[in-house]
Amino acid sequence: MLSPQKTLDTYYLEARRDLLEVAAMLDRYDQAVKRNSEKAQDESKRFSLLQAMEILSEPDHPRADRAERLLKHFAETS
Amino acid sequence: MQIIQPHYHAIARTAQDYERMAMSGVVAVCEPAFWAGFDRRHPETFIDYFAQIAEFEPTRAAEFGIRHFCWVAVNPKEAENRELTQEVLRQMPEFLQKPTCLGVGETGLHKSTPNEIESLQAHVEMAMKHDQLVLIHTPHLSDKAHGTKRVLEVLAGMDVNPDKIWIDHVEEQTIESVLDAGYWAGMTLYPVTKCSPRRAVDILEKYPRERLLVNSSADWGPSDPFTLQESVVEFRRRGHSLQDAVEIYHNNPCRFLGQNPKWDIKPIIISEG
Repeated sequence: MLSPQKTLDTYYLEARRDLLEVAAMLDRYDQAVKRNSEKAQDESKRFSLLQAMEILSEPDHPRADRAERLLKHFAETS
Repeated sequence: MQIIQPHYHAIARTAQDYERMAMSGVVAVCEPAFWAGFDRRHPETFIDYFAQIAEFEPTRAAEFGIRHFCWVAVNPKEAENRELTQEVLRQMPEFLQKPTCLGVGETGLHKSTPNEIESLQAHVEMAMKHDQLVLIHTPHLSDKAHGTKRVLEVLAGMDVNPDKIWIDHVEEQTIESVLDAGYWAGMTLYPVTKCSPRRAVDILEKYPRERLLVNSSADWGPSDPFTLQESVVEFRRRGHSLQDAVEIYHNNPCRFLGQNPKWDIKPIIISEG
């Protein structure tokens, strides 16, 4: 099992990459809205992603169950 | 579709990469000199390395019908050794005369130290003196924004032709300043630490494409030459035409590299029927 520091050191760059992909996807959506002068008819997927990030931003997760919570959240919202 | 891989470190890759690249439409690769994973101590090591990429590697690529070109330079990570840098620079003009050598690169910055900046200036001066193209590396991750700014400041203080300079590894936070200054900008696609194929296509959709190059670099670290093809597929899947893809992934490299007469691959126009 990895130490706390080793866990961060091992996975930080991959997590950074994944967050950048999410940011770019949301930018891509905004650019498409700008190009087409209209939003998606159904924006529930966008709201679902934003809500997921709110879950991740909560300061404490005593059960270390972020992934489980996100799976439940996505099941409910998309 | 014919693809040019403008930045590729072939000596770190297997023949199987060449074979698969050939099967996926790659017609030419360009290999800048780079860091070996450790700091070399002897100028002779560089000279042998330059000979490897200027003389031997083209024969390996040719086995698969791929043209191989190279660039020569002291990598910024090794610029801290000033004596070594000066000696290698002294011997570099011989290699600029090689039939497949396209210019000086990759020079640039890593930690933006005074010695790195001195080396960058010396490389650019040599390139301009010999009427060569220049390929400039910009730093990784948290050093990128500052390092790119320093590269632009160094170039602004020199007598350079921006048409002949390609600043590589740009990302969202650096591309605008590079293009605004009139240079060519390269996006390097890495699985983790640089731009991604999808983000590269976002950038292609956002900025004028006339001076944009896309490459996978691909070296001995976590990298993948086929991130370039991933971005081609991503570009096409968003509805862009085959000709538009050819313009970016084949013709733009031809336009930049073709400023050196040794590069004889011409832009192509395709018909989609």
